[in-house]
Amino acid sequence: MPVIIFTEHSEEKIKKSSLEAISYGVALAGKLNTDAIAFVVGPTAATLSELGDFGIKKVVHANDSSIVTSDTKSMAAIIAQAVEAYQADIVVFSNTLTAKGVAPRLSVRMKAGLVTGAVALPDLTDGFSVRKTVFSGKAFADIQILSAKKIISLNQNAFEIIKSTGKAEVIPFTAANIPNSIKIKKINRVAGEISLAEADKVVSAGRGLKGPENWGMVEELAKLLGAATACSRPVADSNWRPHHEHVGQTGLSIAPDLYIAIGISGAIQHLAGVNRSKTIVVINKDPEAPFFKSADYGIVGDAFEVVPKIIEAVKQLKK
Amino acid sequence: MKILVCISRTPDTTAKIAFTDNNTKFATDGVQWIINPYDEWYALVRAIELKEKDASIGIHLITIGGAETEPIIRKALALGGDEAIRVNSTEEDPYFIANQIAVVAKEGAYDLILTGKETIDHNGSSIGAMVAELLDTPFISLATKLDIEPTQAVVTREIEGGEEEAEINFPLVLSCQKGMAEARIPNMRGIMAARTKPLAVKEPLASEKLTSTKAFVLPPAKSGVKLIPAETPELLVQLLREEAKVI
Ligand SMILES: Cc1cc2nc3c(=O)[nH]c(=O)nc-3n(C[C@H](O)[C@H](O)[C@H](O)COP(=O)(O)OP(=O)(O)OC[C@H]3O[C@@H](n4cnc5c(N)ncnc54)[C@H](O)[C@@H]3O)c2cc1C
Repeated sequence: MPVIIFTEHSEEKIKKSSLEAISYGVALAGKLNTDAIAFVVGPTAATLSELGDFGIKKVVHANDSSIVTSDTKSMAAIIAQAVEAYQADIVVFSNTLTAKGVAPRLSVRMKAGLVTGAVALPDLTDGFSVRKTVFSGKAFADIQILSAKKIISLNQNAFEIIKSTGKAEVIPFTAANIPNSIKIKKINRVAGEISLAEADKVVSAGRGLKGPENWGMVEELAKLLGAATACSRPVADSNWRPHHEHVGQTGLSIAPDLYIAIGISGAIQHLAGVNRSKTIVVINKDPEAPFFKSADYGIVGDAFEVVPKIIEAVKQLKK
Repeated sequence: MKILVCISRTPDTTAKIAFTDNNTKFATDGVQWIINPYDEWYALVRAIELKEKDASIGIHLITIGGAETEPIIRKALALGGDEAIRVNSTEEDPYFIANQIAVVAKEGAYDLILTGKETIDHNGSSIGAMVAELLDTPFISLATKLDIEPTQAVVTREIEGGEEEAEINFPLVLSCQKGMAEARIPNMRGIMAARTKPLAVKEPLASEKLTSTKAFVLPPAKSGVKLIPAETPELLVQLLREEAKVI
């Protein structure tokens, strides 16, 4: 009764968030004394046997370029077939944009209780309960899954990637009678940016920066640190920055290792989306800014003076 | 064209999050309740915008909840829904809830079912896709744009690092997020009209539950901020490398 991990890839490689899901799935399978199988859909340039480096012994690959991976109906149908073929009891997803469309559909198909936004391995001492974020990151809930089959969608940056050694066997999988319910007209991609949801470092700025013309130093610091850029809601609302950078209760909820907030007051709705970050740095000229209460490190000062100095110091460090 | 908008009641975004009964229940004392922002700002308002262009569109609202949810249903009606259905249950399992919505959706033969991208209390992001699977219709998550043509919808959704536009035949289910619509507030006329709009109460259908909430936990409080003088930001960089080990 193996654990299947739905494994996503970008053009060339397996996504970092899926490696987290794989590490989670492998650990869970270990706890349950069963196997972990990575399930991959669509052609990819990634060498799938290398998933052995993360403890996977078997990769099942539906290598069919005709599958419309954006179609939640097709994807749920394909995964359900793999679940059936391998008699899996548990399916693990990373809680990505794709998973949000597919995991609940699969939950209905399999009659499997679903926990989205999981942050830890299940507690098996009394049934099967999974901790997840609720109240937009302000609390956690332990959700008991009552059904025999189970689906867990793991939050990004919530579980450490665990390295192992070995080679995985790659088994082709042919899905049958896949419905296609949508027609893709066009795709616009903003190339070259670090995905905010997956980023382990984020540099974020707010209305304190006064205007879009002042974002150069934010971008420079982000680039130096290998970080993604984010912003507060009013900044996105005023079109100073693109909407997908908006974090908080009504934007993206993130949990990077490092979150640097520049000129952001730290309103409760902003904190809701970022307070799971492991280390929070706040730069704000107002010592009373609420954000300092949720920060690990803070500098009370003018961003226009402090940030360039930080950039210099990071450059020095890199030398 | 008939649109069903799923509405959830959530605590206000500034509500204090605390728990009672041995951390098994959300402490509702003093909590202000609102329409889940995604349901209101994006799903409902987009439906209203579409109706403003084509008056033949009907907008029905559905909520699964006890009588205490009626004020927010009236508020949603004040914004612009035509009528509402409340399924009288306080059950919280997403599969149970999706089943209730699916039954109503099937009976009402809706062309379009809209939900918010998630609720700000459960953060489940799962009801819309479950309803779609129960109805065997297409589902698009995290839609940022919606236009309707005679037989199909044109929907833009967020994908990692960009967006994707697709055409889908009706009926379909969408979860809506930022970009969909311009926020608005109810006006006096809407509020008056909402008082007499139909609000039907239905008893829930028997359905299985697949999950239940065992307990809540609050995250550990931060131990306190370490302040670094503005004159020496290089000290911050040093601490981030040597103490926090994040750069
Ligand atoms: C229902 C609801 C949902 C919301 N959802 C979100 C959300 O998802 N995300 C979000 O971010 N907000 C959200 N908000 C808005 C939120 O309440 C705040 O209004 C918003 O976060 C404030 O953004 P800000 O910190 O950039 O701006 P401000 O609150 O204006 O803060 C600017 C800060 O910059 C500082 N500053 C000014 N000049 C300088 C300088 N030269 N150097 C250093 N610091 C400086 C100021 O001291 C101040 O603290 C929501 C609000 C509501 C009601």
